[in-house]
Amino acid sequence: MRVYLDNSATTRTAPEVADAMLPFFVDKYGNASSIHSFGEAAKEALENAREQISKYINAEPDEIIFTSGGTESDNLAIKGAAYALKDKGKHIITSRFEHPAVLEVCQALEKEGFEVTYLSVSKEGFVDIEKLKESIKSDTILVTVMHANNEIGTIQDIEKIGSICMEKGIVFHTDAVQSVGKTPLDVKKMHVDLASFSAHKFHGPKGIGALYVRKKDKIKKLFQGGSQEMNLRPGTENVSGAVGFSTALKLLDEEDIKKMSELRNYLIDELLSIPEASLNGSRENRLCNNVNVSFSHIEGESILLGLDDKGIAVSTGSACTSQKLEPSHVLLALGVKPEDAHGSIRFSLSKYTTKKEIDYTINAVKTVVENLRKISPLS
Amino acid sequence: MYSEKVLEHFKKPHNVGKMNDADGIGVVGNRACGDVMKLYIKVKDNKIIDIKFETMGCAAAIATSSIITDLAKGRTIEEALKITKDNIVDELEGLPPVKVHCSLLAIDALHAAIKDYKKKKQ
Repeated sequence: MRVYLDNSATTRTAPEVADAMLPFFVDKYGNASSIHSFGEAAKEALENAREQISKYINAEPDEIIFTSGGTESDNLAIKGAAYALKDKGKHIITSRFEHPAVLEVCQALEKEGFEVTYLSVSKEGFVDIEKLKESIKSDTILVTVMHANNEIGTIQDIEKIGSICMEKGIVFHTDAVQSVGKTPLDVKKMHVDLASFSAHKFHGPKGIGALYVRKKDKIKKLFQGGSQEMNLRPGTENVSGAVGFSTALKLLDEEDIKKMSELRNYLIDELLSIPEASLNGSRENRLCNNVNVSFSHIEGESILLGLDDKGIAVSTGSACTSQKLEPSHVLLALGVKPEDAHGSIRFSLSKYTTKKEIDYTINAVKTVVENLRKISPLS
Repeated sequence: MYSEKVLEHFKKPHNVGKMNDADGIGVVGNRACGDVMKLYIKVKDNKIIDIKFETMGCAAAIATSSIITDLAKGRTIEEALKITKDNIVDELEGLPPVKVHCSLLAIDALHAAIKDYKKKKQ
């Protein structure tokens, strides 16, 4: 059996999405900026996609800027806002457990003379809103806090953070890459000025994302070379990608959220029945598809490879799978002990995940954990 | 990422387990770093006649523990002390650069076990 439980890394492109994209490679291949009929056909598809996406998040079409994905959207939002507002102030607020596409951009800006406050995170995986209020200064120009965390799936109270920023007149960005299709998303209700999206996290194609930019907010573009995308992101438009993006949104179904939540709860309960296993992050306000569990006395990469040997794909916050030797910055920010952070595994479900696959996974995890503990000097 | 040989040793490690009558025990690593190796040796007439290990760590840590037990078994103490990082990496048909430190840890564990044996003998 092959079981894919790494849907927070990427998802299977829905067959309907691939079908909808295909004509834009071989038939309607025009450049959307050309004014002939080939270009017009591409432009029409691009603008339709833009409209669909804007409706989904309750925005206007010209507030959607297509990008290459979540990382570019985060870069464009944070650097774009920081550079546009640098005469107003140099202070930025973020959290300690953001995605590297946010953290590393903030660190780069620090080197350029901006000042960044990294908010602490509770044990349950939520940003401390009181600390956020206290951190705001007269020269704070930007707050960036993610909607749902990519490792532990906790969903922040974006509406609350948004209203604080709105009151103070501070631009607010949220990385919403993990939350699309899994929890309601309304940019007006959430009071966000900038929001990052990526299509491949919800059965769309890789290589396309978007940045929502509220009309009244000005950001500075990062690339030169054309006036595409409201003059914020030059380059020939990725029409097939945009079509894939909007088609994937169209396929989202609330029933799938219910189904994933039930399977997630079942998986959490069964995994926590294993001795010395603990859930990372709150069980409430958590993405419907995220399970992140630490198994004491063993190491995550070994668990991952043991499961891979049985056909199951998961991921780990363990240092041993990456170039650096510290375990997950997200788990450490939560106060998880380094030894437990090393033994953490993320299981991320999709609408395609079945009960049979989850049952197979539960049995496999029990076997792999037991075998690794047998050879561990610590257990 | 890993060679077939590493995966083979990871999936079916050799000489795993505790040894109750060990003549020397070496423990190295640190659980906060995600790697702990414990190596047991049984020595007769200056030869390592039995060796066992217990490891908490990644696939490379488990595979290097397994291979060092193969390399050291049947060797004299002096021969065992001559096992190098390159011996381990070669035997495993290569290790990703970021994992080479695991082979050093295996050598440290063996040296610690031998040191413990020598200390106990005195």
